[in-house]
Amino acid sequence: MIEIESLTKQYGATTVVDDVSLSVERGSITVIVGTSGSGKSTLLRMINQLIEPTRGRVLIDGRDTAATPGHLLRRGIGYAIQGHGLFPHRTVAENIGTVPVLLGWDGARIQARIRELLEIFQLDPDEFGEKFPHQLSGGQQQRVGVARALAAEPAVLLMDEPFGALDPIIRAKAQDDLLAIQKRFGTTVVMVTHDMDEAFRLGHRVGVMNGGHLLQYDRPTALLTHPRDPFVSRLTGIADRSLRLLSLVTAGEAAEPGTGDGPAVAAATSLREVLSDLAWLGAGSATVLNADGSPVGRLTLAGILARGRPV
Amino acid sequence: MSGPPSAPSRSRSRSRRPAARLGTGFGAIAIAIAAAAIIWLPFVEFKTSRIATGRPLSLFASLATGWGPAVAASLVLGAAIASFAAGLRTRLIAALLGFAVVALAVGRAAEALTPAGNRIARISPGAGCWVLLLAFGLMATNALSRFRLRPARRVLALLATAAVVYAAFAAGLFDQLSVMREYTVNAGGFAREARRHLLLAAGSIAPAVLVGVPIGVLCHLIPPVRAAVLQTLNLIQTIPSIALFGILMVPLGALATAHPWLGELGVRGIGAAPALIALFLYALLPVATSTVVGLGRVSAAAIDAARGMGLTHGQVLRAIELPLALPSILTGIRIVLVQNIGLATIAALIGGGGFGTFVFQGIGQTAIDLVLLGAIPIVVLGFSCAVLLDALVDLLQGTPP
Repeated sequence: MIEIESLTKQYGATTVVDDVSLSVERGSITVIVGTSGSGKSTLLRMINQLIEPTRGRVLIDGRDTAATPGHLLRRGIGYAIQGHGLFPHRTVAENIGTVPVLLGWDGARIQARIRELLEIFQLDPDEFGEKFPHQLSGGQQQRVGVARALAAEPAVLLMDEPFGALDPIIRAKAQDDLLAIQKRFGTTVVMVTHDMDEAFRLGHRVGVMNGGHLLQYDRPTALLTHPRDPFVSRLTGIADRSLRLLSLVTAGEAAEPGTGDGPAVAAATSLREVLSDLAWLGAGSATVLNADGSPVGRLTLAGILARGRPV
Repeated sequence: MSGPPSAPSRSRSRSRRPAARLGTGFGAIAIAIAAAAIIWLPFVEFKTSRIATGRPLSLFASLATGWGPAVAASLVLGAAIASFAAGLRTRLIAALLGFAVVALAVGRAAEALTPAGNRIARISPGAGCWVLLLAFGLMATNALSRFRLRPARRVLALLATAAVVYAAFAAGLFDQLSVMREYTVNAGGFAREARRHLLLAAGSIAPAVLVGVPIGVLCHLIPPVRAAVLQTLNLIQTIPSIALFGILMVPLGALATAHPWLGELGVRGIGAAPALIALFLYALLPVATSTVVGLGRVSAAAIDAARGMGLTHGQVLRAIELPLALPSILTGIRIVLVQNIGLATIAALIGGGGFGTFVFQGIGQTAIDLVLLGAIPIVVLGFSCAVLLDALVDLLQGTPP
């Protein structure tokens, strides 16, 4: 659990982050969204003391991070950034092993961890371990960047626009990977992005920042249904807010008893996709199926539309 | 006297290497220069003594009957093949053969023209000979550079060339040439001055690297320092070397007088000490600048990631910034090495020794051959060091980008 208390950063007379407080549940994903210059990156970099706060403090599992020297603190926190920041003169394996080496792990443990991470990120250890970063594609480089951040099994992972440099298809894949890995390791993730879709897709909680202030910090649904600031509704988008709402609910969650007359959809599909499917096929309802093919229930147009309204 | 500059082997392997087709304009000029050098410029100069004015002899007059035209024809043919042949390998071989023919011809001419038993007359290469050597040398390096040899192979090529040249000299092929006659007279001194020259160049660069790289790091870490430091070094760079020797003479002389033990170590107003210090000072700017530039080019994302993963500032510098700046630093060292090999010549003026000794003795005695005995090794040394360090830089840049 990360508790951020009244965190403030001033450069001279300019206040970049102004009295921000929020807490991040252990094992959850928090996404901070904002335009450039909103102070979101500064906030993130104060969590691992890359930037010294002017006021306020950060507690991780109840311990004030200021009590630990910055570089030692950072060895225990994963850090992944836009453009991956891989070391061009070191192999993929050496890159991933950076923090374990700093922590003094023994060689066999480091090698085992490197292999494990490469396999998790679908990179063949024998093929990719000895390659240099410039020999990889953009998506592969980014995966190695995240693998490197996770190398020392950190409980907390900080990500600064980690997928910003990827094209949409590879980005979607990277986001799926992150969700799967977060679930697998139970890592607490704090991510910064300017991409609202990414925030809604990944965040258990989303914070909206503007001009150094944290305007709202809430569940994604609440940001849509109860925006506390005009800037929040502008950022989340008014025109397609009901569609965004639908995209946050899965077919499995919304299914009602019965069998549909239209297409069959997987339980993990979002209502937004189901709605699109029904409109495309001109059907009035769909059957929801579990991953093993067993029926869960059905979704009707009216049932879906009801979910696109603020409650 | 020679055929038209048509390319004899142009049609033979037309399509093998289209890239080699570049530079035909250069080729035509090369042939014209070779032909003009053969017809109008003296191939050798015959001097009755080492300081007498030379009597120019053409290629035809300096070789035995029949050999002149044969050599001339083969040279023009060689220039044509080296310029126009489609295959790079053919070009290289033709250029190297052309170079060898010129070298052998001048050695042979010296032997043939020296009157038997005469130890005073001198045969020295004439302007035509130099132009031909330069032309074929350029054609050979041009062809060689297009092979884009890997670094290790470039060093091998350099070593092979050195071995062949050494063997040719050791076999006595050029013993009767004036420069080699000067060498025979100065054989003991030559080895001594060669060592001294290398000592001056390397001995000034080693401390310059030890001091210049930290200065560069300092400039990188503390930007306000940068302008002041680099401008000071720049100022030193603009002082003419002779003036710098003069400036150093007074304090060093005073130092040696005040502390005699320094004098015993070789610190004097003149000699190797001021030369080493001057060369060291000249080397500082390029080393420091290339360090600053190299460090400045390191990817900001890599540094941010390194800091974010818990590397200390010192670890970031040692493990990330300096290794990534190394190719740039080595490029600086290469510039400095070649620069100081040339500059070390001046050291002879203040008793610092080195190949400059022959150059300035030669100038004093109006003995051009003696000047060449000093100058040629300087050029060869500078060129070889440039090839070696270039290869090293490429080798380091080859593995990671």
